[in-house]
Amino acid sequence: MGATRRYRLAVGAGAAMIAATTLTACGSGGQGITVNVYKYNQENFQAIVDNCNTKANGRYHIVYNKLPREADGQREQMVRRLAAEDDSMDVLALDVTWTAELAKAGWIKEFSGSVKSQVENGTLQTPLDTATYEGKLYGAPDNTNVQLLWYRSDLVPTPPKTWDEMISMAESLVAQGKPGLIVGQGKQYEGLVVLFNTLVNSSGGTILDENGTKAIVDDKAVQGLAALKKLATSKAIDPSFSNSTEDPARLLMESGKAAFELNWPYVYAAAQKKPDFAKNFKWAPYPTVSGDAAKVTVGGINYAVSSYTTHPDESFDAVLCLRGAESQKLAALKDGVPPTIRSVYDEPEMVDAYPMKDDILKTLENASVRPRTPAYQNVSTVISTILSPPANIDPQKTADELRQELQNALDSKGVLP
Amino acid sequence: MSHATAEKTEATADEPVAPRKKAALSEGKKAERRLGWLLCAPAAITMIAVTGWPILYSILLSMQRFDLKFPDRTEWIWFDNYVTVLSSKYWWDAVLVTVVLTVVTVAVELVLGMSLALIMHRTLVGRGIVRTSSLIPYGIVTVVAAFSWRFAWTPSTGYLAEALGGDPVLTERIPALMVVSLAEIWKTTPFMALLLMAGLALVPDDLLKAAAMDGAGAWQRFIKVTVPIMKPAILVALLFRTLDAFRIFDNLFVLTAGSQGTSSVSMLTYNNLIKGLNLGIGSTMSVLIFLMVAAIAFIFIKLFGTAAPGSDNGGRR
Repeated sequence: MGATRRYRLAVGAGAAMIAATTLTACGSGGQGITVNVYKYNQENFQAIVDNCNTKANGRYHIVYNKLPREADGQREQMVRRLAAEDDSMDVLALDVTWTAELAKAGWIKEFSGSVKSQVENGTLQTPLDTATYEGKLYGAPDNTNVQLLWYRSDLVPTPPKTWDEMISMAESLVAQGKPGLIVGQGKQYEGLVVLFNTLVNSSGGTILDENGTKAIVDDKAVQGLAALKKLATSKAIDPSFSNSTEDPARLLMESGKAAFELNWPYVYAAAQKKPDFAKNFKWAPYPTVSGDAAKVTVGGINYAVSSYTTHPDESFDAVLCLRGAESQKLAALKDGVPPTIRSVYDEPEMVDAYPMKDDILKTLENASVRPRTPAYQNVSTVISTILSPPANIDPQKTADELRQELQNALDSKGVLP
Repeated sequence: MSHATAEKTEATADEPVAPRKKAALSEGKKAERRLGWLLCAPAAITMIAVTGWPILYSILLSMQRFDLKFPDRTEWIWFDNYVTVLSSKYWWDAVLVTVVLTVVTVAVELVLGMSLALIMHRTLVGRGIVRTSSLIPYGIVTVVAAFSWRFAWTPSTGYLAEALGGDPVLTERIPALMVVSLAEIWKTTPFMALLLMAGLALVPDDLLKAAAMDGAGAWQRFIKVTVPIMKPAILVALLFRTLDAFRIFDNLFVLTAGSQGTSSVSMLTYNNLIKGLNLGIGSTMSVLIFLMVAAIAFIFIKLFGTAAPGSDNGGRR
């Protein structure tokens, strides 16, 4: 009863919001067509929108509508409005993991014909894979992201190549009484799923089958779980690992207590504010688990076009501009997000802003995509719940539990925690 | 709360039955009554349409596999969703958390609310100021209050966390539940106090004076005279607060969002319905919450003899 009532309230609030945005859209658009873009708060995105509006030359006018800061809030607002067939949303900025869900529900349009070939032309393959579901392209990659291994060169002269090497180096530093902690993301949230996905794929394991309909969690995945347990129970792990997200990990590293950090490239830009720390702050490719190069989980944002838009042609055109090479370069330099168009990495300005760009590119070539299934939200919730806290993992038993709960989630039979 | 009103209409509908049997109504009275029904029919029909249909719709949804992510898999599965939910350990965990939160917060609120009501009732100087200031927590929007609690308990931004050693209390199950209870108690004790104060006003001063004359002490007067007389008010306050506490959502949503095993039943329903887009399972949970709330109301009204608000409570004691 409580929930139904709240649901009704939410729908009411949603309706009020739609009315409000339509009003503002009419006000600012004035003449001609308005393309409403819904994206999280990106600092310099308005500049990109302004550039594209100039290029559109009056054919349409792009309006930037800011979504909540948290990923869950963004997804909830979008799916709630899409479920209500709201036609005031045209272009949506989606996290790479949402493509399958929205495509399967019939809420976003397929990219086809010349728009498709323009998106694919010169774009890195892994980001394109994240926008593809059942062989069709549903999104245009805007930015991408992969984690690297960050380390203190004053404590660690040569970075470790393997996972076990990293842990033993850190443990010997701790044993010598030096700052040797390893920091990363172990809280019960998406970051833990990213770490798990990296370790399972790097061990050669599989979580779901190709179609995303069957839970596999094979023996190689058990090895991935064992690697995660080894890290979480190591003497060198950050004591608050089981509650740590990206930023606490970064801050602990910057405070000088840690020697190794598994994190996204944004930590490089942040470190430059502390020159003393930054001069010894180096990066290396993610350590391998099985001996082959690690298959690091890819993140990022894709643009999709809503199925309920009343201006599909203008929306696709706007997407091409918003994720074009010029826009991506601006976003990479100003907002620090790695581009998805290969040629942008070769721009001269990128050398200063992205000294680690070659390692990012190399990692991207061999990156892994999180399970592609419409039930991703459920899959992710199940994984982070069962793996939390990571120190309590019992590899074989945890794998069996995961397999069963994931299958339930895929069949929309299970209860989400 | 709409549930309490449903009980109310039922209870008031009961009352006129008795007199009607005793004496047949005159023609004029009958016509007047018919006109009365006709006049309130439009409002009643609208009410039923806007409350009845969503309830019926969620019952229908709860009997289907209905997942917005898989629109082509929609089918009638009757009670399978109920089997799934009732055999899920997440559901029973949430029920346990909800029951514990309800019992603890309502019990503490009753004690604190009663003390506050007595203070407000007895105050001679500055009565208005005392009453107004004690109502401030109830006047603050729950989400805003919950955010300030969250920041207060977060190490490095919060004074409470720092004062207690800087441990992240919201990241562990029991401490997090204690913080949620504290926020809930702080927020709704004034409401409890207000309802109880209305009950205190019913206690005749003469009776208390007579008891004092007979040699009853302050505690005896409170237990033997005041409490029995205000029992209907206490039960109504308990009923209201129990129904509200059982559906706890906003405080939890802001403070922990249900992590570390702190999900209440409403939180779990929200996660399945809005986040998971699984309308079948989510509606099943809504229906189950509805049934549990109905059971609570039933127990209070039939077993404890709580007078339904609005009905005549004279004959019930």
